[in-house]
Amino acid sequence: MTLPQVPILPILPELILTLFGIAVMLFDPFTAKPHKSWLSSLAFIGVLAALAGNVLLLAAEGEYYNGMIIVDSFSVFFNFLFLIIAGLSILASRQYLVREGVNHSEYYGLLLFATVGMCFMGGANELIMIFIGLEITSISTYVLAGFRRTDLKSNEAAIKYFLLGSFATAFLLYGIALMYGATHTTHLSQISSALLTGRIDLRLVLAGTALMMVGFSFKVATAPFQIWTPDVYEGAPIPVTGWMSVGPKAAGFAAFLRVFFVALPALDQKWFWVLWVSSVLTMTIGNTAAMLQSNIKRMLAYSSIAHAGYILVAFAALTPNGIASIMFYLLAYSVMNLGAFAVISAWSLSGERRVTIDEFAGLGYRQPWLAAAFTVFLLGLTGIPLTAGFTGKFFMFRAAINSKLYWLTIIALLNSAASLYYYLRPTIAMYMREPGESGRTSAPQDSAPLQISMATKVVIAVSVLAVFYLGLFPSTILDFAQSSAFLVH
Amino acid sequence: MNFLKYIWLIPLLPLVGCFFNGVFGKRFSKVTIDFFALGSTLLSFLCSVGAVWQLSRLQPEERVFNLNLFEWIPAGVALTAHGFANFSIQWGYRLDPLSAVMILVVTGVGFLIHVYSTGYMAHEHGPHLGGYYRFFSYLNLFMFSMLTLVLANNFALMFVGWEGVGLCSYLLIGFYFHKKSAGDAGKKAFIVNRIGDAGFMLGMFLIFQTFGSLDFGTVMARAAEAPIEVYGSVGVLTAIGILLFLGATGKSAQLPLYTWLPDAMEGPTPVSALIHAATMVTAGVYMVSRTSVIYTHAPTAMMVVAVVGGVTAIFAASIGLVQNDIKRVLAYSTVSQLGYMFLACGVGAYFVGIFHLMTHAFFKALLFLGAGSVIHALSGEQDLRRMGALKNKIPKTYVTMLAATLAISGIPPFAGFFSKDEILWQAFSSEYGRWWLWLIGVVAALMTAFYMFRLIFLTFYNESRVDPEVEHHIHESPSNMIVPLQILAVLSVIGGFVQIPKFLFGGFDGFERWLEPVFKHPATEAGAAAVEHASLGAEAGLALFSVVVALTGIYLAYRFYYRPSSAPDRAMASAKPVYTVLFNKYYMDKIYDALFVNRTKDLGNALWAFDRGVIDGGVNGSGWFTRFTANVSCWWDKWIVDGLVNVVGFTVKMLSYPLRILQTGFVQSYAFLMVLGIIAFIWLYVLR
Repeated sequence: MTLPQVPILPILPELILTLFGIAVMLFDPFTAKPHKSWLSSLAFIGVLAALAGNVLLLAAEGEYYNGMIIVDSFSVFFNFLFLIIAGLSILASRQYLVREGVNHSEYYGLLLFATVGMCFMGGANELIMIFIGLEITSISTYVLAGFRRTDLKSNEAAIKYFLLGSFATAFLLYGIALMYGATHTTHLSQISSALLTGRIDLRLVLAGTALMMVGFSFKVATAPFQIWTPDVYEGAPIPVTGWMSVGPKAAGFAAFLRVFFVALPALDQKWFWVLWVSSVLTMTIGNTAAMLQSNIKRMLAYSSIAHAGYILVAFAALTPNGIASIMFYLLAYSVMNLGAFAVISAWSLSGERRVTIDEFAGLGYRQPWLAAAFTVFLLGLTGIPLTAGFTGKFFMFRAAINSKLYWLTIIALLNSAASLYYYLRPTIAMYMREPGESGRTSAPQDSAPLQISMATKVVIAVSVLAVFYLGLFPSTILDFAQSSAFLVH
Repeated sequence: MNFLKYIWLIPLLPLVGCFFNGVFGKRFSKVTIDFFALGSTLLSFLCSVGAVWQLSRLQPEERVFNLNLFEWIPAGVALTAHGFANFSIQWGYRLDPLSAVMILVVTGVGFLIHVYSTGYMAHEHGPHLGGYYRFFSYLNLFMFSMLTLVLANNFALMFVGWEGVGLCSYLLIGFYFHKKSAGDAGKKAFIVNRIGDAGFMLGMFLIFQTFGSLDFGTVMARAAEAPIEVYGSVGVLTAIGILLFLGATGKSAQLPLYTWLPDAMEGPTPVSALIHAATMVTAGVYMVSRTSVIYTHAPTAMMVVAVVGGVTAIFAASIGLVQNDIKRVLAYSTVSQLGYMFLACGVGAYFVGIFHLMTHAFFKALLFLGAGSVIHALSGEQDLRRMGALKNKIPKTYVTMLAATLAISGIPPFAGFFSKDEILWQAFSSEYGRWWLWLIGVVAALMTAFYMFRLIFLTFYNESRVDPEVEHHIHESPSNMIVPLQILAVLSVIGGFVQIPKFLFGGFDGFERWLEPVFKHPATEAGAAAVEHASLGAEAGLALFSVVVALTGIYLAYRFYYRPSSAPDRAMASAKPVYTVLFNKYYMDKIYDALFVNRTKDLGNALWAFDRGVIDGGVNGSGWFTRFTANVSCWWDKWIVDGLVNVVGFTVKMLSYPLRILQTGFVQSYAFLMVLGIIAFIWLYVLR
């Protein structure tokens, strides 16, 4: 008897991540408590191995497993992005987990499994695969959001995210079902060709499209499905919030882009206007609400909504350049946001205290390097030149201008300018205010010298370098993104 | 191993040393710093020896090795007098007999001075001083720049080295930056050199415009085909020659740009020896020799070079007669000796210029290092009036310095005799030579012998005038300072035997033949023929005469300074005005201050006054208007703009209140909002 030959190369990064995830969980019972941190090292090695595996994918482009998985430079780019996010998040979590007393290896296992799901979302060529990837990601994320089990807020975040997420996923699945009913296929390019034949029920397809967009909009947190974001981001552990605000969001956009540009280009005049409206709403709600926040996690939650809105601007451009600029921006946004959350995690005290903007007062004198890095990230998020945020926004808005979306771009620019108001608030607190000025009295241990672990320092340093590298030399990444964007479009 | 293929290592190795000491030096121990600084220099020297040895194995006419590493500046096509030319600059090295001499001098003398510095700068090492690693990092950076300068195969890369050595010179002159005088001297060196560099750059532009290339090989081949310009006229080659020479006067401290070099003595003494005596300041001589083809085709430029060189030689020597700072005497001596080298180049005897460059590198480096040893022994004392009777206290320093002094004074058989005598002979007999150029050289030689032995007598003989506080600290320097002195002393004695005039033992012209392929082209051959007819007897007679002149100088110094007597005082009293003028260096610094420095400051003041009078007047006038409009706009701001801003703020707040109201925190209401969103989407897609 001969076994069927199954190629493993197309899903090599996913396989590696899964094996390491299982290994991390298996080794946990055999590891004494003081040594648990080596499991995070193991998980990090797994990410590095998956990165190496991902390099091999470049040479294996094509469709696999009856067209369920596709390997192209688009999926390879997103795999890189997810793995970078996972690696930085693992490093950024080490100190935090120990400090909060939740240093359980499941955390790293779940992070790796969620990354597996994200990689499937980027590489899926078929609606069911996308759904499976999305579910793997979501379920891991629900657990991670509630990882501080004894904390009420963390529990609240998990249950809210779980209930609303399930609700949204149901609509996505319903949309997929309608799409299958109309076109008799779930394969993306077959849907596209079915639409071109004209012998299908257009109302079913449109309803399916609407429901799928509901599902994706929920995942990437765009209006009117952004409502869960602030509560969940505020309650989840800080490193998880940082990871959630970039990883699952990027995965959602990867699937969102591929489905709409590969399967549904025939209907683009239909969904263009929905994107337009959603984009304006998302940006404006995100920025307006962010101005009033005093909790920095909540502020960055609204900021992440606003950024999803900017991304929709380039989405609405409907051009390969627009897709490429979104890919570039997701990378830029990821390093800026991960860096910012790493700083917040380093400055906060156990029990997630010291996370309001007022409590950043005087950081510029107590921790000049930390404050400088935080300023870089905040300026990057605003889109100040020399940073990745500027080049990213520049490419996205240029794509929109090239598609003659003048009004949308103007609204986006106004929003971007207004965002400076709240991004500068922590900076002003750090450099121009004395600690304790806000009237809060700090406990004696709060003024103890800050211990920042090497891993956190590495994350912050790498992010700062990446912010400047992408801001000054964007062409390498952008060229790669552009070449893959043509494949999708 | 084929050393020629690896000549890029010669400049690279010191750069590596510079990198390690510069970046990590603060945490290194002294031994580690020494390892990187000396190791890289020694390896570089060994590579140079290997490469030169392999070069010498080749046939004389094949002794040019070009190595282009990569294209450094690809700038496209430009229109030149030579038609369309591709402006492309290679990062390339060229080893030929001329650069071979230079790299051996630079790495060899450079290494000895590195060794010496480990002793001289030792007290700078320490966790809180931190000057030690900085010093060696700069010194290695200098080696890299200087080797790039002499190995470059085109003008642009040469200019990189040219600017690099200027930078290192600035950094090292200002090494003790906490002293204001050191910082000022560094700035002066840098600014004065800028003037020369402007000339160099203009010359470079004109070369590209004329020949359509900056590559030495191409430019020299094309220049050799150009017609020789008429003496007295200024053609394009003359213009190039004079512009390049302006660059050389800056770097090599010639009139009128020499003023920075005496001030440069603020730097540590090994720096004075390496940069401001043996290597960097000779870059101008090297550059003129490198472009000898251009000069040979421009007799006017040659005459300029010769006259400036000769006048500088006598001018600087006369200042050196009366200076009291031991390093300043040597500094003016360096300026004067560089003048000799330019005199040689100006009369078409480039190989003699390089020959004197080499011997001078030996004995002047030795003199500076010896002076450093004296200063070291006297705990930092530099004033000749507070020295004396050191001969038996620091005998090794004394013997080596005496050898160098005899060499510079031109006493046979020391190295300086052969090179200086050849310069004087060429100034007299060459096709471009003049009897008055020879006379200038002889008078300068008299002065040289005088001021050098004045220095020796004041330092080592006589009764001690040393401060009693310092007196009992006097000690001979450690061996890592003395051994380089002794090696250089040997070189100062035998270094001249590579080129011996014909009237002595039949003569030996090894050095001339070695450099011949570089300087030989049709135009020089005509000149060489003219020299042949001069008689052997005349050459011997002139040589004898110059030795007598040198001995006269020594005798005068002996009369004035060996025994305490009233003779010098009487001589000074009778020539008080001359003495004052010389002592104040012809007031050149004051004149420059008055003519240029203060005029530049005046210009600044005038602009400031203009600012204050005219512009501020306008400003004040407009001030009233501004106040008036300010009141208007204040009202406008208060009621209209603030109103608008408040409206915006109010709107944002109003907008965010519903958002806040929506953000109830209840999952049920969130789900309800989502349902509304879903209905909206369905409506947008299906029903609209």
